[in-house]
Amino acid sequence: MAERSEVVFVDGVRTPFGRAGEKGMYWQTRADDLVVKAMTGLLERNPNVPKDRIDDVAIAATTQTGDQGLTLGRTTALLAGLPQSVPGFAIDRMCAGAMTSVTTLAGGIAFGAYDLVIAGGVEHMGRHPMGFDADPNPRFLAERLVSGEALNMGNTAERIHDRFPQLTKERSDRYALRSQQKVAAAYEAGKIQPDLVPVAVRSAAGWGLATRDEAPRPETTMEGLAGLRTPFRPHGRVTAGNSSGLNDGATVSLLASADTANELGLSVKMKLVSFAFAGVEPEIMGIGPVPSTEKALRKAGLSIDDIGLFELNEAFAVQVLSFLDHFGIDDDDARVNEYGGAIAIGHPLASSGVRLMIQLARQFEEHPEVRYGLTAMCVGLGQGGTVIWENPNWNKKAKKR
Amino acid sequence: MTDYSTIDFSDLEALSADEVVTHSYVRDVPLKSGKTLALITLDNGRDHTRPSTLGPLGLLEYQKTLESLKARAAAGEIHAVAVTGKPYILAAGADLSRVGDIPSRDAAKKMAQLGHWAFGTMKQIGVPSFAFINGLALGGGVEVALAADYRTIDSSAAAVALPEVFLGIIPGWGGAYLLPNLIGIENALKVVIENPLKNNRTLKAKDAFELGIADAIFSPSNYLEDSLNWADGVLSGAVKVKRSNEPGKVERLVKWDAAVGIARKMLESRIGTVAKSPYRALDLLKAAKSGTAEEGFEREDEALADLIAGDQFRASIYAFDLVQKRAKRPAGAPDKALAKPVTKVGIIGAGLMASQFALLFVRRLQVPVVITDLDQSRVDKGLDYIRGEIATLLGKGRISQDESNRLNALVSGTTDKADFNDADWVIEAVFEELRVKQDVFAEIEKHVSETAVLATNTSSLSVEQIGAKLAHPERLVGFHFFNPVAVMPLIEVVNTPATDEATLSTAMVVAKNLKKNAVITRDTPGFVVNRILAKVLGEAMHAVDTGTPFEVMNRALDPFGLPMTPFELLELVGLKVGAHVLDTHHAAFPERFFESANLHALAEHGKIFDRDGKGKITGFDKKAVKIVSGGTTPMTEEEILRRVEDGLADEVHRMLEDDVVHAAEDIDLCLILGAGYPFQMGGLTPYLDRVGASQRAFGGTFHTPPIVGVD
Repeated sequence: MAERSEVVFVDGVRTPFGRAGEKGMYWQTRADDLVVKAMTGLLERNPNVPKDRIDDVAIAATTQTGDQGLTLGRTTALLAGLPQSVPGFAIDRMCAGAMTSVTTLAGGIAFGAYDLVIAGGVEHMGRHPMGFDADPNPRFLAERLVSGEALNMGNTAERIHDRFPQLTKERSDRYALRSQQKVAAAYEAGKIQPDLVPVAVRSAAGWGLATRDEAPRPETTMEGLAGLRTPFRPHGRVTAGNSSGLNDGATVSLLASADTANELGLSVKMKLVSFAFAGVEPEIMGIGPVPSTEKALRKAGLSIDDIGLFELNEAFAVQVLSFLDHFGIDDDDARVNEYGGAIAIGHPLASSGVRLMIQLARQFEEHPEVRYGLTAMCVGLGQGGTVIWENPNWNKKAKKR
Repeated sequence: MTDYSTIDFSDLEALSADEVVTHSYVRDVPLKSGKTLALITLDNGRDHTRPSTLGPLGLLEYQKTLESLKARAAAGEIHAVAVTGKPYILAAGADLSRVGDIPSRDAAKKMAQLGHWAFGTMKQIGVPSFAFINGLALGGGVEVALAADYRTIDSSAAAVALPEVFLGIIPGWGGAYLLPNLIGIENALKVVIENPLKNNRTLKAKDAFELGIADAIFSPSNYLEDSLNWADGVLSGAVKVKRSNEPGKVERLVKWDAAVGIARKMLESRIGTVAKSPYRALDLLKAAKSGTAEEGFEREDEALADLIAGDQFRASIYAFDLVQKRAKRPAGAPDKALAKPVTKVGIIGAGLMASQFALLFVRRLQVPVVITDLDQSRVDKGLDYIRGEIATLLGKGRISQDESNRLNALVSGTTDKADFNDADWVIEAVFEELRVKQDVFAEIEKHVSETAVLATNTSSLSVEQIGAKLAHPERLVGFHFFNPVAVMPLIEVVNTPATDEATLSTAMVVAKNLKKNAVITRDTPGFVVNRILAKVLGEAMHAVDTGTPFEVMNRALDPFGLPMTPFELLELVGLKVGAHVLDTHHAAFPERFFESANLHALAEHGKIFDRDGKGKITGFDKKAVKIVSGGTTPMTEEEILRRVEDGLADEVHRMLEDDVVHAAEDIDLCLILGAGYPFQMGGLTPYLDRVGASQRAFGGTFHTPPIVGVD
């Protein structure tokens, strides 16, 4: 009988995120190579991990063809030099791919099937635009299972503005501006860089080294945001400025059973408390994290007030705001996305889940007064995902801020 | 000292109109420490099938780039400089495509000087310099790296080598001075001279690292990132670079000259003293023991100028192109699409030759191979040999257990020729007698399918006559291997008047799949290689038969620089075989080819040379000398040399007139691949042109213009 285990987040790293497309820094870099760089970096900074003890490797991607095809977990493990005895597989839950890699393997650890795993995700949106080559079943539209707008993420964001008139464009823009400012401040304070694995990148001008995210625009202003086009509707509210962009990047994390982490002397950056996924109307997929968070809280026996730090994926500003409104949290609450979010850093779809965890883990170190934190994100076709974590540095006596 | 910056290189630029320029791109890379490294990428804008090479324009651009980085280093903007290449390739050395256009020794010298100027700028840059050997590095590509202060290498780099000596020149962009001073004289001798002469052997990345050519080695999955990190460590002092092969005082005082001396003796006994480049390289390596780099570079300039302007380099480049290009696209080969699939191979005979065929076919084609002979004991002996060889490959780790099982299962033996019924390629290796071969094929034809291709390995018989008793002679082709079968790269594919296109195409594709180079010849006596060898050996026997002492004859052809003398060759192929070859050629061309009764007598006796316990020649056997004595009209070495040169020019000319092969290039290719004729001769015809034999024999030259050096 396998023994049930506690699950811990040992460590996570990522590549710098690039802007998708020909001018982006990863245009000539393969998606699987991005994973390999991240995986190599993760293993190098955790030298205590015996590579042959890794029980499985799950790597997510939304579009699993070309350099994102062929069972990424297996291919990247081989390319990163893991022993042949280490198996691997690929995962897809669109934007929540990496998050699902983590929860799936965590489930295996909890059940006692795994001791040590690598979970991550990648999306090279320059090479694999979202939905490219997909062939949606005609029944979706013929039977009105979903409206045509549900397949376009920008339109789903506009629909949230429709549903919640109090979520104005001005609020979205202001939220987006703060995201840019928080990322700039986090970079300034050196909070982001330690978890980035530099990637050698080829360009027409020769080899270079990617050491920072390419997407942030620290120069952003409210005036600038106000003047941007609304590509999804005339006189709409969703702009390139208050949405995440199209990006390339990869993330990986190392999870373990508490016993294994202890045995090998591995760091424990977070402890898994609970997770949940939930479905909503595809037309307003952005509110997905609301029911998934309620479900995860319920399973953990916690309330929203117990959560001291939030890492919410900023697919769209309005979608984060709908979450905050629902739970009665201020737009500029200090607990939310302390280092900024995807609007500035970027959102290479299936890789983002682990980025949230990397940032939450670092905030846990800095906030011993916080016991619980959560990572949550919306998912295309009407889903949300939430993972609740406990801070191993938590200290009852630490000062509340 | 030469001030390279004052030299006017504009005439070299003028020669470079269609150079595929390797550009020098620069990007600043932020290192972890906060320092900035300027990273140069050498990239010719083509994919990996056209490696970056260094021509005048590329070198000038590289120099200019380094010059601008020198200014930035002085301004404190950068703390280090590194050079690397496009994926899989650092640089494949000098651009050799235009060497034929170098008009003078002066221009050749400037090519040498331009490289020194460009690479030398790296040394003066004012901040530490690095080379990241990310892939293939040959010749000038290695010298780009040697000019840097530190080097890393990608463990998957395909090859690292200084092949200059193989091509008739020397590593003259710093290699001959810098390498021995980095990795020691013995290692440098190996890289600069020994490896190029071992069929142009190259180093693997790990070897290059262990020799000390690179200071660190990293896996390809993170090569550039790790190299940059390592460079950062070197800059900060966290990484200490140790060079255990760097020569110290003792090595310079004691070992250096001795090692060069030993190498010189080895060279003289192995290849003779005709080829210039190995000895020039030896001189440079010897001189690298002392003095400054600048002095070393000046010596390289002079050596390179002499060699580039000389005959041997031109001939070598011609030969190199033959084996690199012409060998891969054989002249006159029919469309590959006509080739019939070969899914099972039948081999008639189970002797040594047949067994070697079986091993080669099963390894390369990986299809069932069945051998047959007159009785089961011969078949079993053949099978034992083949399985023994497979076991040896397994024991050496050259093949896996699975592969060994697979090969063993594919090989079988039979005495029942009915087992050939589903073979689509049948080759014979039976006794070299026309009637025997005719009967063997006539019998086998009863068993094989209508479409099976039949091949004969005859070396001296008419392929057409061998097929005389066949119902379908159009499916017969000559397929002439050279001994030892596993090693020699040439197959002469003999196209008879009856051979059809599908058969010829099948033979060419089979040869390619066997990883051999095939040349198509007409069905004439001796085809190409044996006809030339018979000419030379016949002349050699004629000389001693008529009174020239063995010693004189044995030295007479030394100016060719052949791998062995005619009598050594005779002993190697076997005196009986040699006598037979002379007989058949004399029978075919009695007025031009000599037969030799003495050679038959020598064959009976069994040897020509006296040898010591290790097989080293100590002199001529007394009995052998006695056998050939009695001639009354001895010739001098000069007379013999002239006779052989002129005779060969005449014979090759006749072969081309008779269309044995379509071009002189094919004759040379056959002799390089099948008889080991040296690059510095260009095979044979460039040599015959340059010594005037072509002019004397038929009043012309094989090549227009002749392949000769410049003043």
